[in-house]
Amino acid sequence: MAKLTIDGMEVEVQNGLTVLQACEQIGIEIPRFCYHERLTIAGNCRMCLVEMERAPKPVASCSMPVGDGMVITTNSPAVQKMRQGVMEFLLINHPLDCPICDQGGECDLQDQALAFGSDHSRYDEVKRAVDDKSFGPLIRGIMTRCIHCTRCVRFSNEIAGVPEMGATGRGEHTEIGTYINNALTSELSGNMIDLCPVGALTSAPYAFAARPWELKKTESIDVMDAVGSAIRIDARGPEVMRILPRLNEDVNEEWISDKTRFACDGLKRQRLDQPYVRHGSKLEPATWDAAFAAIAAKVKSTDGSRIAALAGDTACVESMMALKDLLEALGSDNVECRQDGAALDPSCRAGYLFNTTIAGIEEADVCLIIGSNTRHEAPIINARLRKRYLMGGFSAGLIGEAVELTFPYTPLGAGPEILAEILSGKHGFANILKKATNPMLILGQGALMRSDGAAVLGLARKVAEKFNMVRDDWNGFNVLHTAAARVGGLDIGFVSDATLESAEIIYLLGADDYTANIPDDAFVIYQGHHGDRGAHRADVVLPGAAYTEKNATYVNTEGRMQQTRLAVFPPGDAREDWAVIRALSGVLGHTLPYDTLAQVRGRMVQINPLFGGDDSLQKFTWGDFGSGGKTEPGGFASPISNFYMTDPISRASITMARCTEMLLESDKGKTGTDG
Amino acid sequence: MSTHTMTDSQPAQFAFSPENKKRVKELIAKYPNGKQASAVMPLLDLAQRQNNGWLPRAAMDHVAGVLGMPPIRVYEVATFYTMYNLAPIGEHHVQVCTNLPCWLRDSDAVVGACKKKLGIGFGETTDDGKFTLSEVECLGACVNAPMMMINDDFYEDLNADTTEAILDELSKGGTPKPGPQNSRKGCEPEGGPTTLKAKKGSK
Repeated sequence: MAKLTIDGMEVEVQNGLTVLQACEQIGIEIPRFCYHERLTIAGNCRMCLVEMERAPKPVASCSMPVGDGMVITTNSPAVQKMRQGVMEFLLINHPLDCPICDQGGECDLQDQALAFGSDHSRYDEVKRAVDDKSFGPLIRGIMTRCIHCTRCVRFSNEIAGVPEMGATGRGEHTEIGTYINNALTSELSGNMIDLCPVGALTSAPYAFAARPWELKKTESIDVMDAVGSAIRIDARGPEVMRILPRLNEDVNEEWISDKTRFACDGLKRQRLDQPYVRHGSKLEPATWDAAFAAIAAKVKSTDGSRIAALAGDTACVESMMALKDLLEALGSDNVECRQDGAALDPSCRAGYLFNTTIAGIEEADVCLIIGSNTRHEAPIINARLRKRYLMGGFSAGLIGEAVELTFPYTPLGAGPEILAEILSGKHGFANILKKATNPMLILGQGALMRSDGAAVLGLARKVAEKFNMVRDDWNGFNVLHTAAARVGGLDIGFVSDATLESAEIIYLLGADDYTANIPDDAFVIYQGHHGDRGAHRADVVLPGAAYTEKNATYVNTEGRMQQTRLAVFPPGDAREDWAVIRALSGVLGHTLPYDTLAQVRGRMVQINPLFGGDDSLQKFTWGDFGSGGKTEPGGFASPISNFYMTDPISRASITMARCTEMLLESDKGKTGTDG
Repeated sequence: MSTHTMTDSQPAQFAFSPENKKRVKELIAKYPNGKQASAVMPLLDLAQRQNNGWLPRAAMDHVAGVLGMPPIRVYEVATFYTMYNLAPIGEHHVQVCTNLPCWLRDSDAVVGACKKKLGIGFGETTDDGKFTLSEVECLGACVNAPMMMINDDFYEDLNADTTEAILDELSKGGTPKPGPQNSRKGCEPEGGPTTLKAKKGSK
């Protein structure tokens, strides 16, 4: 501990902190541009200057480590003058274009110029201008506004692990960019927009769309992947304008993936805003009553046990609960949330969760990735793995396609036979696992979606048991989900062994990416928010709400129960999903016993007490899961071939379409030297 | 300056020549294992020399590949140092210092002679591709100001006439003698030493 005096206050702080951090601990705010707590220290903006006793010059508090007996002053007239001076230099080449700048109203430079700057400029020379750069379809670069804090450069090097940004040139000619003007290929690139303290990097799809003070901010949860990142939905009237990350140290820290951030324009296109009923080959608009009547007529003439339900990747727990209850009332238990056919075993909760937890990755020292491209399936978890790698003393191995992750790993091979070799100790990686203190494995959906998925799951369980991954104080067995709905579905038992083959009525609850064959003569009800594959096959379409339009429960891949909040209302006649099912149940004569959201949630607690708790994680109980059957040859393949389009919302998004185009373009034009 | 912005017409390929490949190995071997990125500057210099005095993007990418570093890190180095030229330059790169000591000693006359003789301004190349004229910051030869650097050689103690003579000689294909262009020897005073001339033992 170091004892120092800050503004006359004696404080004792941990050694190794910087003066700026020490000031923050006692609630003194130091202005800064380049310093960011999650990035390395650069010390180049000089905004954080403070006075230090016996120092001949002001010191940059962000890069000055605390020392015993230091006397720091942050509020003297001299410090004010320093800040004013630094501010004046920063503004010398900064354009006065705040009225047309998207950062206006949420700009660090604007705020700090007001707080610490001068009221006028003494500079009457020519200002520097910089050519605008192209950063691809997501980020708009107006580089004249750049103050060279290098946060974006450090972010791309350190957090994203895709070093594409740099500072080229020198002195007055310094420019931030990729130099070759290529589009940024990181899945986390959008976070640079948040990091940029000025308006140099702004969101391209959100350009000139709204001012921050016009927006209604709603704190919610993302469902684009199974990570459950904390987000803030900024809406104006009925429209979601943008999505920003929210702090959640346990999950996403303060980052979100580009899909989470930019797919929101898909919420405005291809929407189902009224019920449809099929007449012949054509879906025709209908009223709720007509749609329900069509379903009731069909249900009446069908044996209750021949009704099946399939839940999609973004279905909420409430709607699955209601649908499960409805089908039970009708006499069917044929419900399924594993629409991709993944061999997840619902009997043991620890067998389908990311037990190590996302924050827990930082304690692991060896990671075996099985059939997963973590970078595309969960960029946030991949970023955590990279963070762990940067901490040192970490090794990773990958069974599956040799994809480019943002940390080095040992490619171990392609398929399940390698896993068997590791289990038997024949494989070299077995030694590494044996020596590890906190080994972990990540089992991707690509490994479970195969016909031998159950056997692979069993094999992975045995590997976890053999290499001491499952202990009282540590659980290194992790299933990485790609669907936000999956864990919640498994938790309320939205699963069965039945198939769709004999089903006469199939209820698709937002299910579009199903792999099972739907019989040609089946009567299909699609309830969801987008006119995607499911709705095209449907005989009756019921318009539901997207995740921004309902208060709904999701459980992330770690088993963390979280809730989205209603930010905007569903469009047109669309309604909250559980309420649609509740209304339908009345028409079918099996009225479900709940009328409010609280009652549905009460019912969820009956099924699984987990839903009565908060977003903390439960202690795992280990069990026997997976099968012991034979595995088949053939390499694992990730279920995600295009990161930018994985669900109906991102498929409807123009921004995501542009990214996809860019991705394909860059693949075509690759010279072998880029990246 | 034009030689420091990336040119539009870029060759598609670059690879070190067989003899330079050997040199690359030697240069990398100077640095500890795993720190081979330290060799980026000599390698860029080598690439520039191999490619007629300028660095195409392909060469920077190639160096990045050889050293296993992200290309942007190489671009940062290559754009930071003015000695790396990012656009084609003439056979003789005439770099005239115009910083204070040289200017006080009439570097304006040197610049004027160059512009007159070559018929080009700063940052330009003669039509025959023989000369590129650049204005540079201090090259550390203030004691022999004014000076200019042509390719690897310093020409010092210049005036308009000696500058023109040097350029004449070069355009004829000759090799002018580097160093002071007046009677000075190295950086000794003009007319020979003036101090420490007394013999040993005398006062």
